[in-house]
Amino acid sequence: MINIIWMLLFAIGFLYAAFNGTMEEVNKAIFEGGKEAVAVSIGLISVLVFWLGIMKIGEKAGLLKKLAAAFRPIAKHLFPEVPPNHPAMGYIVSNMAANIFGLGNAATPMGLKAMEQLKKLNGGKDSASRSMVTFLAINTSSLTLIPTTVIAIRMQYGSQSPTEIVGATIAATCLSTLAAIVIDRYFYYRRKRRSKP
Amino acid sequence: MIAAISIWLIPLFIVFVLAYGTYKKVPTYETFVDGGKEGLKIAIQLIPFLVGMLVAISVFRASGAMDAITQFIEPLLFIFGVPADIVPLALMRPISGTGALAITADLIKTHGPDSFIGRLASTMQGSTDTTLYILTVYFGAVGIKKMGDALKVGLLADVVGIVASIVIVTIVFSI
Repeated sequence: MINIIWMLLFAIGFLYAAFNGTMEEVNKAIFEGGKEAVAVSIGLISVLVFWLGIMKIGEKAGLLKKLAAAFRPIAKHLFPEVPPNHPAMGYIVSNMAANIFGLGNAATPMGLKAMEQLKKLNGGKDSASRSMVTFLAINTSSLTLIPTTVIAIRMQYGSQSPTEIVGATIAATCLSTLAAIVIDRYFYYRRKRRSKP
Repeated sequence: MIAAISIWLIPLFIVFVLAYGTYKKVPTYETFVDGGKEGLKIAIQLIPFLVGMLVAISVFRASGAMDAITQFIEPLLFIFGVPADIVPLALMRPISGTGALAITADLIKTHGPDSFIGRLASTMQGSTDTTLYILTVYFGAVGIKKMGDALKVGLLADVVGIVASIVIVTIVFSI
């Protein structure tokens, strides 16, 4: 899908420029766009290095585990089909904790482990179980509290207050996660009603 | 109010982590350097993704096609109070993380980070994740072929996140 979108951006751009007489601007954009991208990536280094460094300290100090433990009581209600002491539950809460910390690299392996365990719980079937759908709904709605990359980009373009959007982001994140949980429940009960005529 | 909390949040968080790490006898500085290396790797790995996406977006914008589309849908969106410039980001967000990041950077550059569009793009980028990518990776890795309602739930939650971003940014930064 992303391949087609990417190709279309070029194709439509060139075609439109041909009729619109903006081919010169397009030529300039090809080289300026690449330069801009490298500048953005380089600009991200400072914040990413600092933030992941701080988070590593939090991880080593056991904050991640603490956060995961705090999540267990909530997770029990979110995943009623997963036994509380099953390894799947451990991976699920670890994944959520790492996501909240913004440690995407740590979150993904734990998330994949969680999926593996959930598949086992579901008898190894190749269709998604209820818990899987819930787990991924929460994951896709994002749990990250501090949007580091965005702050870095804002800094780069000379924002007066790069972090002023953190509060709004947390509020929006909470709402979208809450919505994911509610929507997931709605679809679950709809499935249940349909299978029981 | 929320903007004021934002300014305190990060320094407090850093102090807390450092204090707790010291209390737990973690070699803070060395651990920091260790974790920082990972950040460097991520930023470098991001370069090809961003170059590919930003060149494509720049071409699209420079040709005038972006303006033409925005003008076309603007009156429709105006009724709901949605700024047309944000639409490409809203459409890209569930599909590609780096693609959306490139659009966010482009919007912040064009409109300024402290403009309404700049703040909205920042909030939108941070408040939801790449639904399609996550579903592909997670279901793909464990060999799940029937995704059930996962895609529907994920995309509907994205819509809520996008609408929530618009409403929250309007409220927070207009008071």
